[in-house]
Amino acid sequence: MSEPIIICRDVHKWYGQFHALRGIDMEVQKGEVVVIFGPSGSGKSTFIRCINRLEEHQRGTIIVDGIELSHDVRNIAAIRREVGMVFQQFNLFPHLTVMQNITLGPIYVRKWNKDKAEEIAMQLLERVGIPEQAHKYPGQLSGGQQQRVAIARALAMQPKIMLFDEPTSALDPEMIKEVLDVMEELAESGMTMMVVTHEMGFARAVADTMYFFDEGQVVESGTPEQIFEHPQEDRTKLFLSQILQH
Amino acid sequence: MTTTLTSQKEILPPPTERFTILGWLKKNLFGTWFDAILTVVSGLFIIYVLYMGFRWILTTAQWAAVTDNLQLYMKGQYPASEDWRLWLLMYLFALIIGLMWGVFLRRAEAVGWILLAVPVILALWMVKLERAAWLNLLIMDAAAIVGYFLGRRYPQRLQRPTIILILLYMPLVILIVRGFGESGFLPLVTTNLWGGLLLSLLLAIFGIVFSFPVGVLLALGRQSRMPAIKTLCVVYIEIIRGVPLITLLFMGQLMLPFFLPAGITIDRVIRAAVAIIMFAAAYMAENVRGGLQSIPKGQYEAADAIGLNGVQKMVFIILPQALRAVIPVLVGQFIGLFKDTSLVALVGLLDLLGIARGILANPNYIGRQLEVFAFIALIYWVFSYAMSYGSERLETALGVGER
Repeated sequence: MSEPIIICRDVHKWYGQFHALRGIDMEVQKGEVVVIFGPSGSGKSTFIRCINRLEEHQRGTIIVDGIELSHDVRNIAAIRREVGMVFQQFNLFPHLTVMQNITLGPIYVRKWNKDKAEEIAMQLLERVGIPEQAHKYPGQLSGGQQQRVAIARALAMQPKIMLFDEPTSALDPEMIKEVLDVMEELAESGMTMMVVTHEMGFARAVADTMYFFDEGQVVESGTPEQIFEHPQEDRTKLFLSQILQH
Repeated sequence: MTTTLTSQKEILPPPTERFTILGWLKKNLFGTWFDAILTVVSGLFIIYVLYMGFRWILTTAQWAAVTDNLQLYMKGQYPASEDWRLWLLMYLFALIIGLMWGVFLRRAEAVGWILLAVPVILALWMVKLERAAWLNLLIMDAAAIVGYFLGRRYPQRLQRPTIILILLYMPLVILIVRGFGESGFLPLVTTNLWGGLLLSLLLAIFGIVFSFPVGVLLALGRQSRMPAIKTLCVVYIEIIRGVPLITLLFMGQLMLPFFLPAGITIDRVIRAAVAIIMFAAAYMAENVRGGLQSIPKGQYEAADAIGLNGVQKMVFIILPQALRAVIPVLVGQFIGLFKDTSLVALVGLLDLLGIARGILANPNYIGRQLEVFAFIALIYWVFSYAMSYGSERLETALGVGER
């Protein structure tokens, strides 16, 4: 195995008195696809948001691409350049066109010129299958299309790591597949991905490692096969039986 | 499903209602007995009010106090030899309005043609207006029409120049109205000679142009995570909002000189303008804060996640959305600010209201309050309504309220 690109050691996080993350340890290799799942309130979103410092962890260390996350603003900026994120609610900028949404980061953070940024944006839109929507506003697109634009926006920064925070949870059922297809293609291309999701079909097909979170801890981890076929912990078995029943 | 759809149903257009005047009247005004009575009563009332109004305007009222002093109302004591500067600015103003109309709206509208017709009608009517004045008004018309057609012809290419022209116009106004140097080209016209509508508009423009950025900064400061900045902004906003504008104006005029070292004086108009700006900025800040709070947290997070720094996040993501959301409120405030400038008359400046009071003090015009105040009310209304109308257009153009 090559060297890990994300290293988390004993990560803790409190919201006031509430202990949201209780000592998470995780290593993610380059090109690895990690799926994090678990009941709501288990801290999985909180954890993934710590990786690019949307949330601040209060104890332990997180090292991303060789840079340790600390209060140093330059470190945070450097990590955010290398880490793309896709949100449950898409969070596209409603006042900008699809094209402007995608090129904003490359132009102002990567300092590319506009032509180069737009060319790459067009390529990305083709990759996610909606090149014809480039000059529309997000409000004119369907949820699935918006989420694909959000993926393109994150990819436009040419990140080394992509974080997905429940990317399909806010979508209508018939739009989930188009987003998962894009993510699957991305995983096959060798992108390092950390995905919080309840899409177990996707996890089984794509994940290298799965982590089951409960009450701010990693209860169990392993390959999809280990998790689905031979879960060790009772909590994991119970959760899986509940979400796989129908 | 047990049944299958064998033949698809036709796609039909929505039913249309035929429009007839009688049909409209019946539906809207005479639907029921009660409606009919209401319509008749309010119709009679409107006719009565209009009749009394027009009778007063055309017969009872004596308009000498207005028509004799049009120059004073418009520009106060501004020297007649420098009138051309004001007209020049008016031409430019008309050109800009025409351009904006052509570039951003791209269609002719009744309101525009009515406004353009005003000088022509005045000229035909031969109201006590000097030949030069209506000639100037006609040139303004021409400038507006040229701007409109240019804008319609090259909407894409002229978009940026138009916006630059609008931004440049404000400093240009100050520069040209004030002038510089002792003599020669554009000699200095000191502010004590500025007056009438000219002064009112200048104060309003000053107030709007400067209070806006200050207000935005205060709003951002109030949201700041740095306690010193936050406290400072909160204290400023709450103190200013707790004080009437008139007291700020009096403080500026009467108290400020005590604090300044001997020999240094600040122009009275500037002192008034600063008081207005300080006052408006505090209210502006609260309105902008309302806009900022309407932006969902996800927008901040998305901006962070793509790596924008704090300034970029505000400039590209948060402020455009926040300000767009509060355009109606801001324009309402601008209108209020324009009318509030009339308070400077109470500290002795000769703005539109100040001039009106001066004219009423003239023994020749004793008892002509009604005419004079009706006239300046009309002027205030025209400008306020123009702003209101403009903002409505702006909202439509920017798609406020739709996502």
